[in-house]
Amino acid sequence: MSHFLKSIKTVIKNLLSRKARSFLTVLGIVIGVAGVIIIISIGAGAQALVLGQITKLGTNIIGVLPGKSNENGPPASVFGVQIKTLIDNDVSAIEDKGRVPHAEEVAAFVRGNVTVIAGSESADTTFTATDGSYPRVQNVTMAQGTFFSDEEGRAGANVIVLGSDVAEQLFPNGGELGSIVKIQNSGNTFGSIPFRVIGVQEKLGTVAFQNQDDQVFIPFTIGQRQILGIDYIQFIRIKVDTSLNVKNTIADVEQVLREEHRIKNPADDDFSVRDLADAIKILTSITDGLRMFLGLMAGISLIVGGIGIMNIMLVTVSERTREIGLRKALGATTHQIRNQFLIEAVMLTGVGGIMGIIVGIIISYLIALGARYAGYDWAFVISPAAILLAVFVSTLTGIVFGLFPAFKAAKLDPIDALRYE
Amino acid sequence: MLIQLKNITKEYDNSGVITKVLRGVSLDVEEGEFLAIMGPSGSGKSTLMHIIGFLDRATNGTYLFDNEDIKNFNDNELAYIRNDRIGFVFQSFNLLARTSVLDNVILPLTYSKKKNHVELATEALRAVGLENRLNFLSNQISGGQKQRVAIARALVCDPKVIFADEPTGNLDSKSGATVMSILGRLNNEGRTIILVTHDRTVAEHANRIITIRDGSIVSDEKNANPRRSKIETVEEDI
Repeated sequence: MSHFLKSIKTVIKNLLSRKARSFLTVLGIVIGVAGVIIIISIGAGAQALVLGQITKLGTNIIGVLPGKSNENGPPASVFGVQIKTLIDNDVSAIEDKGRVPHAEEVAAFVRGNVTVIAGSESADTTFTATDGSYPRVQNVTMAQGTFFSDEEGRAGANVIVLGSDVAEQLFPNGGELGSIVKIQNSGNTFGSIPFRVIGVQEKLGTVAFQNQDDQVFIPFTIGQRQILGIDYIQFIRIKVDTSLNVKNTIADVEQVLREEHRIKNPADDDFSVRDLADAIKILTSITDGLRMFLGLMAGISLIVGGIGIMNIMLVTVSERTREIGLRKALGATTHQIRNQFLIEAVMLTGVGGIMGIIVGIIISYLIALGARYAGYDWAFVISPAAILLAVFVSTLTGIVFGLFPAFKAAKLDPIDALRYE
Repeated sequence: MLIQLKNITKEYDNSGVITKVLRGVSLDVEEGEFLAIMGPSGSGKSTLMHIIGFLDRATNGTYLFDNEDIKNFNDNELAYIRNDRIGFVFQSFNLLARTSVLDNVILPLTYSKKKNHVELATEALRAVGLENRLNFLSNQISGGQKQRVAIARALVCDPKVIFADEPTGNLDSKSGATVMSILGRLNNEGRTIILVTHDRTVAEHANRIITIRDGSIVSDEKNANPRRSKIETVEEDI
């Protein structure tokens, strides 16, 4: 048996005779390494999720919101403040090819909460009242039937398209198409309005943090006038012919709306026009903050793991120093003692590091699975840099607090080490 | 001559306060001797023993081991001597905790070039009557048995001299007698034994007794009739 193998065997015996201490040291490393991997993975996954949700909507979409916004944030309407400056005429103005040449499709929106009733079943859900152009602005796939046409949308026909969750809830046994459902708004006193189901949307999951399957679509005018009883628009979406024309279309739309609203100075704008690039920029700055916060947590988890290792090492320093004294008294050279402790440290940090990596990856994966199960398009991201950093820091703590005292003790005369208190 | 000490001194420097523990000790020990170093506590007998046993260094003076000046030995050669030429038995046993009796005795062999570790260790344990305790853990046996394991450990590399620092100090009289009878037998077999004790009856097992007081040897007497304990059957605490 070679000398090296002999040392390894000695170390393993030694570690096994101190199971609790070995276990706690390994645990400290596992916590540190796994913690960092998990936290970094969550941060990256969350960022990918947020940005993915946005880009899913398409990069050639422009949104118009009532109220002024600035570089630092969205307009107040985003937070539910009712601003009435966008009106039906604004939509017609934007649709004018002579004024906004690259606007391919324009859809106006209002939204609200209603109860939809079908026979004895009912569902509390969100309605989106929009134009027949909606399926051309955003990708819509129908499971059954069709979306309403431009004419039906303009005329405010009593037709409705159900999200798949709503359809399941109202028609557990199928037969949605052609059925009549009633919409009721508890906060309003319009009574109930009957609608004919003309389509059911394909299951979409969650986009932009909204469950796309828990909503219904109705023609714009009926939703705006009869259900909400308002005469303004909550937001407008414009599809630009190619993403290259997004920037100048924003300028065109701003120009048109200023003319419509008789605004001379852009500082007085009572609307905001944004594209998704802006949204991505804002969200990236938010998620970067989130990642920094998570990075801090990862750092704390490393410190906790490190302190765990440090504690174990410091608590055992006197016992270990006496052990070193004994080994020297029995004929171990300084070199052999150092080797023993080096191999021990490498084995503990190695086992702990590998277990930490495995545990970290497994837990990160389970989180990703859970998030996907919950309907989020969660990316499973493992950062090699995080793994390296975590293993490096844990190993360093082990070396500083474990090897340093041992190396110091190895240099002592045996009797001094034996007497160490 | 196995051991020659010339004018050995040892001083401790406690932040400027110098304590003289040994004040010029000279001593010759022949191979095959059974030497007891006696003295009250604080006399310097243990310090002397640690210096002779390569666990500590003298401040001044010359120490020839097997006619070689130990000043010429480097760290590795000192380790070799501790491993191969001497064996040490401590008052507090100093066994590795939670480790089997056999592995405790194998420990010095892992630092030597010797082969057949298990056989040699079993042999040494047989010599102290513990061949049926090989796989007991060091915390599962009695104090007397622990000290016998420590003797087996001191013995396993076949050293020229065995040092025993108050080997009966932590033992009851019966276990102490067993330990002393084993040391006596080892001496009869030709091994040099150097023992530190403050107990006259223990010291009388030796064939030479020196007494130390305040860091100097005050008497050096032959013991023509060394005491030999009869309890060699070592069944006392099985």
